Amino acid sequence: MSYGTILAVLLVLTVVGFYLGRGRARAVAAAGRTRLHSLPGFYGAHVAIWIALPALVLFVFWIAFQSAIVEGIVWNGLPDKVSVLGETRQKEALAPEQKRLLIDNIVNYATGDIVSGEITALVKQGAARFLRLQALSAWIMAAAMAILAAIGLLVTYRSISPAMRARNRVERAVLILLMVASTVAILTTVGIVLSLLFEAMAFFTKISPVDFLFGLEWSPQTAIREDQVGASGAFGAIPVFAGTMLITVIAMIVAVPVGLFAAIYLSEYASRRLRATVKPVLEVLAGIPTVVYGFFAALTVAPMIRDAGAAIGLSVASESALAAGLIMGIMIIPFVSSLSDDIINAVPQSLRDGSYGLGATRSETIRQVVLPAALPGIVGAVLLAVSRAIGETMIVVMAAGLSAKLTVNPFDAVTTVTVQIVTNLTGDPEFDSPKTLSAFALGLVLFLVTLCLNVIALRVVQKYREKYD
Amino acid sequence: MENTTASPAMPAEETGAAPDFRVKMKTRNVNVHYAEKHALRDVSLDIGEREVTALIGPSGCGKSTFLRCLNRMNDTIDICRVTGVLELDGQDIYDAGVDVVQLRASIGMVFQKPNPFPKSIFDNVAYGPRVHGLFSNKSDLEEVVVQSLRKAGLFDEVKDRLGDPGTSLSGGQQQRLCIARAIAVGPEVILMDEPCSSLDPIATARIEELIDELRQNFTIVIVTHSMQQAARVSQKTAFFHLGDLIEQGETPQIFTNPRHEKTQGYITGRFG
Repeated sequence: MSYGTILAVLLVLTVVGFYLGRGRARAVAAAGRTRLHSLPGFYGAHVAIWIALPALVLFVFWIAFQSAIVEGIVWNGLPDKVSVLGETRQKEALAPEQKRLLIDNIVNYATGDIVSGEITALVKQGAARFLRLQALSAWIMAAAMAILAAIGLLVTYRSISPAMRARNRVERAVLILLMVASTVAILTTVGIVLSLLFEAMAFFTKISPVDFLFGLEWSPQTAIREDQVGASGAFGAIPVFAGTMLITVIAMIVAVPVGLFAAIYLSEYASRRLRATVKPVLEVLAGIPTVVYGFFAALTVAPMIRDAGAAIGLSVASESALAAGLIMGIMIIPFVSSLSDDIINAVPQSLRDGSYGLGATRSETIRQVVLPAALPGIVGAVLLAVSRAIGETMIVVMAAGLSAKLTVNPFDAVTTVTVQIVTNLTGDPEFDSPKTLSAFALGLVLFLVTLCLNVIALRVVQKYREKYD
Repeated sequence: MENTTASPAMPAEETGAAPDFRVKMKTRNVNVHYAEKHALRDVSLDIGEREVTALIGPSGCGKSTFLRCLNRMNDTIDICRVTGVLELDGQDIYDAGVDVVQLRASIGMVFQKPNPFPKSIFDNVAYGPRVHGLFSNKSDLEEVVVQSLRKAGLFDEVKDRLGDPGTSLSGGQQQRLCIARAIAVGPEVILMDEPCSSLDPIATARIEELIDELRQNFTIVIVTHSMQQAARVSQKTAFFHLGDLIEQGETPQIFTNPRHEKTQGYITGRFG
């Protein structure tokens, strides 16, 4: 029985339960000639909730744990002597990787996926058992869900009486639903942080955190063979973070004034018609895929800057920080302008009227009344834009360099944290080399930096709030 | 302009008013359109110097619109079009050569809701003088601020905390702060758009007293929904209805012996 069918049946049951409950509530009210505590629909919803929710919760947990259990049973059912990649061994003597490979082969064969190595009788036998067990598990789950749904239906259906506060109970269920939704978001964040943390810990057992955080040299190529040249394997993250900072600063120098001025023009000066056309056009910028920005930066802007530099006798790298930063800044403009525009518009018109009424001009009003009132929001918007710039990947992957250089010269090629994460993780990485694991350490630090930025942004906003409201 | 038929809606000078009456602002046949909507029709009204003129009428009658024409605040609304003659001391204020900024400095405005800037009490009052460069040194500015706060009857309450945010004051204090802010620029006329509508009765009484004191030095035009307030604070009253100026005259006359039946109906509470 497929999961789709099970869920469809559950949905039908839920709908039926709703109408049953509502009908029963009406009948009870008519028979007793009394007023129900809640509208009949709430009784129906109450029944429906108790049919659907327990069964769904069971479904989710079953799906989450069934594969581990089924695999365990299949494993225990295998004969004592097994062969993996042509090697025949005692089952208990297998290394964890070999055990994993065998199980994966069985599961892959059962689901029609690619099997590595020879398809042995053992694999076929295990796969057959796996399929049987899986089907059985689905039936047991369906039965258990049916029982839960039936209990829910019976109990709630019988509890329908004029005094039962179905409306309040439905309200509670909605509350719990909302709480679960917010918990999911938080738990996901926690999960991401934990996975980063564990891989980063693995990295820090190989490279000391002090070397990583304060080292001035970054060269993640580690030697595979003893006699390999050009693979020093230095993991000092300072130059990488310096590159990120440099590009971010350039991007903000572009994005903050342009974005802010555009927002001021649009919200304070532009006529309604102009604003209605210009604002969406500006927001189109935000819709351009970053990879497109990336090759624009790499193929158009970077050579232009290099040639312009050459014309006035400057030596500019083809993958200069300036090109990447400029384009990143342009990408962020709509971010800054759109947020600032909303914030400036939120400044009450009465403040502007007050200022005009005292004979102030438009620009005086903007500088001395509107912007101060909007400042906390604008600072928040800028800090958000900064964390966006720090985390931006595609543009720098394409337009910034790969070699980590500790410099503040915008004409040099620099690399960034995100570029290093991408290059160290793409391809076919081995997860025991510090080169691969360094990506997680970089990711962790990057995450902490943006987290701090966001916290500061919130703090700044709150501080100014206290002052102005 | 030479309409000599003695309609009740004609300016007082043309209907033979008191001899000490000097016209500060003169308006003739003022029409206002918001896009297609004709918001104000042929309003002709004189505002006497150093007295309080109250504009009354039901909601949407155009009294606030008229008030906002007097210092060209309607300029900030794109779709608004004003025609007719509006003069301050005989000068057309809608003339192309008029500097709106200067005009608004001489015709101050106080709004319905207190709208102190998100600045300190001191900076709120100093805003106008700073914008117009009305002082030569710091002690000058302080003098202006203190005098304005005094005239607005707020100084004693805030003298120890001039650095506090203006928004930390109570509603009534905020409104007096806004009046001080308007006074600080040195205006000749002060326009008040329902200045007490968001205040409690005690704060309202305080503002009304203040308006009476300010009459010594300023010409005041006040829009109000409260007929008691108009009767208490004003010398002249103008009654607006659906964009028309129905009747104008001495306040006691309007309230005790209205000539027009619509005025009669409004002040006795039959509509509005």
